[in-house]
Amino acid sequence: MRQLLTGNGAAAWGMRLAGAEYVPAFPITPQTEIIETISGWISSGELDARMVTMDSEHSMLTAAGTAAATGVRVFTATSSQGLLYAMEMLYTVAGWRAPFVLVNVSRALSSPITLEPDHNDVLAARDSGFLQIHCSTCQEVVDSLLLAYRLGEDERVRLPVIVNLDGYYLSFTREPVILPGEDVVSRFLPPYDPEETQFRAKDPLSQGVAVLGGSHYSYFRYETHYASQNGLSVFAEIGREFGDLTGRFYSLLEEYRTDDAEIVFFMIGSFATKAKEAVNRLRDAGQKVGLLRPRLLRPFPEHAIAAALRGVKGVAVVDQNISFGKGGILFAELASALYHIKERPLALVSFIGGLGGRDISNAEFYEMARVTAEAAQSGKIPPPRLLYTKEELARIQGLKAIASAGLHKEQ
Amino acid sequence: MFRIRFHGRGGQGMKTASRILGSAFFLEGYETQDAPRYGAERRGAPMFAYVRAAKTTIFERGIILRPDLVVVADESLLLLQSAGVLADLAEHSLLLISSSHSPEELQKKLGMVRPLLTLSMPVPKDIFTSHPPQSSACAAAAAQLLGLSLQSVRQALHMELSGLSDEKMAENEETANSAFLQMEPHRGRVGEQPETGSVSEDRPSWIILPFEDARISSPAIHGEATSLLMDTGSWRSLKPFIHKEQCSRCDLCHTYCPEGAISFDNDGYPCIDYKHCKGCLICLVQCPLHAIEAVQEDGSFHNNKQGDDQCDNS
Ligand code: SF4
Ligand code: SF4
Repeated sequence: MRQLLTGNGAAAWGMRLAGAEYVPAFPITPQTEIIETISGWISSGELDARMVTMDSEHSMLTAAGTAAATGVRVFTATSSQGLLYAMEMLYTVAGWRAPFVLVNVSRALSSPITLEPDHNDVLAARDSGFLQIHCSTCQEVVDSLLLAYRLGEDERVRLPVIVNLDGYYLSFTREPVILPGEDVVSRFLPPYDPEETQFRAKDPLSQGVAVLGGSHYSYFRYETHYASQNGLSVFAEIGREFGDLTGRFYSLLEEYRTDDAEIVFFMIGSFATKAKEAVNRLRDAGQKVGLLRPRLLRPFPEHAIAAALRGVKGVAVVDQNISFGKGGILFAELASALYHIKERPLALVSFIGGLGGRDISNAEFYEMARVTAEAAQSGKIPPPRLLYTKEELARIQGLKAIASAGLHKEQ
Repeated sequence: MFRIRFHGRGGQGMKTASRILGSAFFLEGYETQDAPRYGAERRGAPMFAYVRAAKTTIFERGIILRPDLVVVADESLLLLQSAGVLADLAEHSLLLISSSHSPEELQKKLGMVRPLLTLSMPVPKDIFTSHPPQSSACAAAAAQLLGLSLQSVRQALHMELSGLSDEKMAENEETANSAFLQMEPHRGRVGEQPETGSVSEDRPSWIILPFEDARISSPAIHGEATSLLMDTGSWRSLKPFIHKEQCSRCDLCHTYCPEGAISFDNDGYPCIDYKHCKGCLICLVQCPLHAIEAVQEDGSFHNNKQGDDQCDNS
């Protein structure tokens, strides 16, 4: 049955369907509704799970990792500064190789403080060892939760997984969602069997031990890298299996109208559906434009991306993040994936847009397609471009005049 | 696609209104998207919510430009530029404003030529209710203008307000019915608009952001007591009014006021700074002698004080 659910509601349902048994929790906007929903179900007796409210996200991640190490299915969720506060433990628990799922509801980072989304929070966890699935619709949120448990628990992977959804644009937005039935879930996601990796009181083990000198350390770290990379083939496999059961197939990439495309938008997250709208309008006008959206960011599906971009003339990379001093993070990732490919696109053009949830208008998508086509044709690649208008500059200048009025008074 | 925007204040139920309308569309076979946008995330602070509905998959996301219908829970919002009620309107955008005035009176009062409709509704019986019947009324009126059926609205009410007591539910249904009826002469007046404009739309006026040094480009506000400039009085939909004759000067209201908006006059009676009183009514709940009454805000929140004479030391 289709029903209207917010992205947060879909995340809570994903946890419930997956049969997660333990939920360490700490609230933060815009994630709080997930925790509220789950705690409502637990207190009404609809859901049999244990929720513990923690004193911080740092403790929350510690509890999640340790519980996962006992072989329990664990769910937790955070956002933005909360993810950063937990960061030490993200890196630590990933090394334990105990799988669980962490939902991150993207919200731009301080300073200045804000509430709406961009991807600098989740990208700060890029190198932690957590796998990352990025959603663009509420349907994908609930499905990705099930995929995430299956992916992380696979013996070829055994790593925790972040499922990312954008604050506001998904978290608070209701759209039609089909909840997978119990029959589908029981076939797709059987109970987790941690085998001998499980920590039990009668079988003591020391986790995350000290290794000095670098050599042993290198072994463990590179093994984690392999495990993450294995996630690519595992995801492709289980995404097909999920499709056979539900009719909703998940591959590493979403390729929207890319078949004969000459210009392609490359981006992640919910703003990608805005790009689809623009693609449709551009197609109506006879332009060969498409969208390529990686679902997985870690592991990074570089071979699949290179294959999907074969024959494409120009790529407009839309980064909803910024690495200060370098630029768009996706842009750098994509460029490195294409460097050795002979038939790589002629032009990669970098756009920074949607920071702090700033809207990207249709007209801006059209303009990005135009600029990229021009770059592919002329071979002259424009410098990275922040999506920012004359009117926006005038508005911030007006505000700054007010904000510095006190300063000028003193002088 | 239909694009509808609801404007209200935190606590007036416009998020719920958007959900009721979204569900009504959904029940009639539309693809639907609804979402709230909170501003200050405080009771009384301006917020909005929006609904999109179409027969095909909706790819648009985020704020609505060029709405077909704008529903306003409270006419005082029109006086607040920060509420953005009139932002990004198209020529065809219709305004539906909850108000006791007639459309002509309101146009005159606001100095507006744009066509608008007004919706009159009863004052809620319980001012502290978590589901004010305004949500049901605004959603039902909008549904009528959009050509949806009353049956869908009623079913949507039950979906979105499940958990209400029978009595509250009945109040909501009654309000919804009468709002739906009120809009009957205008049934279907808001039509579906074509998909977004073509690729020949105006090009964005992008500029290259200039570098400015940290003295200018750090997010700092220079000056003292800057929060005093924030007119939180405009968040109020209900106004606390102190009946001096019942007041024992016990000081509790002043102690509990989270805004520090209550001070004392020369005789030791409390008085309220209406420029900053945000209308949370914590004072009303705390007052042991019931000396504080909630009165409907009339939009004159720019007046600093209620009965300035009460506060003769200011
Ligand atoms: S309603 Fe009462 S408690 Fe609330 S801000 Fe106003 S004076 Fe203070
Ligand atoms: S709480 Fe009531 S009685 Fe006490 S000072 Fe305030 S208004 Fe007067």
